[in-house]
Amino acid sequence: MALIEVKGLSFRYAGSEEYAVRDVDIEVERGEFIVLAGRSGCGKSTLLRCMNGLIPHFYEGDMEGRVVVDGMDTRETPPHMISQVAGMVFQNPENQLFALNVEADIAFPLENLAFPREEIRERVEWALRVMGIEDLRDRSPAELSGGQKQKVAVASVLAMRPKALLLDEPTSSLDPLSAKQLIETIAELNRRHGITIIIAEHRLDLLLPHASRLIVMERGRVAVDEEPRKALTRDIIPYGVAVPKVARVAQLITKMGVGCFRRLPLTVEEFVEEVRGDGR
Amino acid sequence: MEHVYPNGVKALDGVSLRIGEGEVVAVMGENGAGKTTLLKHLNGLLKPTRGRVIVDGKDTREATVAELSRKVGIVFQNAEDMFFSGSVWEETEFALRNFGFSEDVISKRVEWALRFMELWDYRSKSPFMLSGGEKKRLALAVILAWSPEIIVLDEPTIGQDQLQKEKMIEVIRLLNTQGKTVILSSHDIEFVAELRPRIILMSGGRIVGDGRAEDILTNMSLLESCRLIPPQIVQLTSRLGFMGIRAKLASPEDVAKEIAERIRV
Repeated sequence: MALIEVKGLSFRYAGSEEYAVRDVDIEVERGEFIVLAGRSGCGKSTLLRCMNGLIPHFYEGDMEGRVVVDGMDTRETPPHMISQVAGMVFQNPENQLFALNVEADIAFPLENLAFPREEIRERVEWALRVMGIEDLRDRSPAELSGGQKQKVAVASVLAMRPKALLLDEPTSSLDPLSAKQLIETIAELNRRHGITIIIAEHRLDLLLPHASRLIVMERGRVAVDEEPRKALTRDIIPYGVAVPKVARVAQLITKMGVGCFRRLPLTVEEFVEEVRGDGR
Repeated sequence: MEHVYPNGVKALDGVSLRIGEGEVVAVMGENGAGKTTLLKHLNGLLKPTRGRVIVDGKDTREATVAELSRKVGIVFQNAEDMFFSGSVWEETEFALRNFGFSEDVISKRVEWALRFMELWDYRSKSPFMLSGGEKKRLALAVILAWSPEIIVLDEPTIGQDQLQKEKMIEVIRLLNTQGKTVILSSHDIEFVAELRPRIILMSGGRIVGDGRAEDILTNMSLLESCRLIPPQIVQLTSRLGFMGIRAKLASPEDVAKEIAERIRV
């Protein structure tokens, strides 16, 4: 059974005439790394909210179809149960952090759910370790850099030991190096710890090398849903997606009738390997 | 000039620079490098602790923010958090009314700015009902309406999708052909690579680089020292030395042509 199953999903926010998400069918298997792309306002955030029960529990509106997370129908399950399976990280880490120190921030949701003290300690340690922020444990979140704050926000979600991590443009306020580091850490979570990743982002050049699937949305609908290299062979530019430059250059070379690519490169390293291998 | 905040943090440390009329300038650097602090000096919101800032011949210490604002319009990163009017139209005309323009001029300028930013259809909508990208466009329309000679954009691409970024580049180029000076801050390297402005590189409150995008964005060690990652096209061409291609800032089309020619031989 899929970890997350979205079936015939449509959602319209109260007071809005248009549907934010329309007739969406998606099955997310365990261990996948899915990148959600598309123009702002295309329904990415709404879809993520539906996947962890924020919709319909915290947002009013009309919902059709269903979302099943690890066997739980989101409509019939309290959101705190769903968020233990599918945890959400938002754009702005400031909204997720409030405690006096990092450790307390990570422990808070667990304390709230009345986990035993020993268990809380173990989970907090694990979350600090996998995010590589053990040295920040006693710091106040207020004095951290944007990149560090976002890592703490991810750690506080990880401490719930979710099977899936949902991330809504987590790097949008980070500078390039911090963004790259965060994405690499997230890729590690997927590779090493098997955590399923669903991430809405504009920075495809940093993400696609790690992704198993690219879903492009357009006006609430799924326009493309494929393995990244295949997805890039479609004309996705009109959907407001920035095709990574290396892939673009490779496509143009292929169009000129020079067949030096056995597969579409997603990174500079892959590009160089392909060109050296065949062309020289 | 220097700027020291009341808490003792020296955000700008010995900055000297000159921007000419009609230039397009991008101030780049990591978060905390001093970009926003520098921009806030351009309309007198901040005054230098040491040294001077002169805008169109006027020392900013001797001018009010209101005076400077007619010449310098700044769109802040969170400008959309500052909306307060009942409709997009009212939001756009507010500053014009404050400046005392006539009704006739106001309605012409508001219409022009809203059409230019593709917000005309939303003119009676509440600004708060707009999407993130639309709010950003409205923040810019508000400034464009009073047509300042110098337009300053603080991180204009945060939260914008690719099509909105392309639109932003188009807007900046158009403003520039109208003779406006455009100064922006950004750490969006791909965006700046496409715009190809003059780049002022900042780190730790100092200017560490100043030059054409083609030169600054291909200087790998300089970018690295500022925690910036070179544009992907530069990363790619920098690795093609074995086929006689040098690191360069160029369009994917040009780079593809160059590689194809070399492989064909």
